[in-house]
Amino acid sequence: MLQRTPLYETHVAMGGRMVEFAGYELPVQYPSGPTVEHHAVRTAAGLFDIDHMGQFELAGPDADACLQALQVWDIRQMQLGDAHYSVLCYDDGTVVDDIFLYKLSGRWLVIVNASNRAKDWAWIEHHLHGYDVALIDRSDDLAMLALQGPKAEQILQKLTSYPLHTVATRTAIETEIGGQHVLAGRTGYTGEDGFELYVPAEGVVEFWNLLLATGKDDGLLACGLAARDSLRFEACMPLYGHELSPTINPLEARLGWTMSWDKPFIGRETLLKVKLEKPARVLVGLEMVEKAVPREHYDVAVNGQVVGHVTSGMKSPTLDKFLAMAYVPADYSALGTKLDIIVRGQPKQAVVVKRPFYKPKYK
Amino acid sequence: MASYKLDQSVKYAKSHEWARVDGDIVVVGVSDYAQDALSDVVYVDLPEVGDAVTAGKQASTVESVKAAEDVLAPISGEVIEVNSALEDTPEIINERPYDAWFFKVKPSNLAADLAALMAPAEYDKFVEELE
Repeated sequence: MLQRTPLYETHVAMGGRMVEFAGYELPVQYPSGPTVEHHAVRTAAGLFDIDHMGQFELAGPDADACLQALQVWDIRQMQLGDAHYSVLCYDDGTVVDDIFLYKLSGRWLVIVNASNRAKDWAWIEHHLHGYDVALIDRSDDLAMLALQGPKAEQILQKLTSYPLHTVATRTAIETEIGGQHVLAGRTGYTGEDGFELYVPAEGVVEFWNLLLATGKDDGLLACGLAARDSLRFEACMPLYGHELSPTINPLEARLGWTMSWDKPFIGRETLLKVKLEKPARVLVGLEMVEKAVPREHYDVAVNGQVVGHVTSGMKSPTLDKFLAMAYVPADYSALGTKLDIIVRGQPKQAVVVKRPFYKPKYK
Repeated sequence: MASYKLDQSVKYAKSHEWARVDGDIVVVGVSDYAQDALSDVVYVDLPEVGDAVTAGKQASTVESVKAAEDVLAPISGEVIEVNSALEDTPEIINERPYDAWFFKVKPSNLAADLAALMAPAEYDKFVEELE
């Protein structure tokens, strides 16, 4: 049985095309279409229902110590209200999940991928042993939206007296917005400025409609999963199940910047070895030299020999180029390296280019 | 599913291509239903002028934000012209599916091939049953 977010009926009424994603029925697009929705986020603003993502709270006297040991980022650097991206690793250094952390008053909020929610819960619970902490699943009573784009701040500002220009990127506030108590984190998954909004589930339909009405004149559009994917792809943000998995480590995925080596974390010993020896394969950005649409699972070849595979690929709506992310041997990862992507049986030439394809525009 | 448009001047294949007889040639494209199901089209791989195409067999590929789909020739014959405008502006397939033709065929077996295609009303019923 597929799960639904509290906005399910709203999406259907808006003409959202509902598809299965990570066990949820969610809109892949609205009638405006993925390309129009994508451009709305780059030029104005877009609103996403991302309530499929899991929201765990960790509290108690040992919450800091426990979280510090669980994941790769050094949370001692975080002040109250700070938010940060991190990774949960297995002992062998591969990825349990990529996560987002909020340091809130008296508790931590850990945001996990929908597809990994049950797995992450079990994995975290297993590692709580010996710590005086409480792990609480807030996924059902908190709804999660993303308001993204250069006009996100001015739209949201119409609904709150809190001076939003004072909220720095990767920090969060808890305040009244549109008559509801909202946690607003200045972050997102699109490469644009914007907010992820945590709203009481019982008020989220009203809040969604209020946001859309408030942002209408600024060009705000409701956006589906397809636009969310193309936006994160251009910004080269990894998607679990594509660029990350239990057979990939964060150094291969170029997430070394998240790892704080001067503190213990699960997987550190293995990953330190990988770091010293350099990973044998790495994630690269590829641009098609010959016109063709690269897609997930397509082979990457050199002189007819398969050397890797595409993890995500598409025609970039913003850059108007055919682009891919792929894992290839480190020997083929230098910028300018020519590789073939096998597109429906035909080798099509591609070249290694700089990531991200689209440089994020944060405040 | 949104409602889709039918064109009374064409006949339809079960694989959602349309064929429009224009004098002694046949113009081929994909239906409004097909473009809607595909979502935004981003690329089209067209046949070459001079290619022989066979009814029911792949003649072209259309790629959308969702997937790559084969476009089958509804009519056998020789490709005499391709719509190269689709290479730079494939989005016209979404905007005007009955104007955005893919290729033109000089048919080799027209009467029999046409008989195997559906009139608009018949295709309408066919699509309704797919829903």
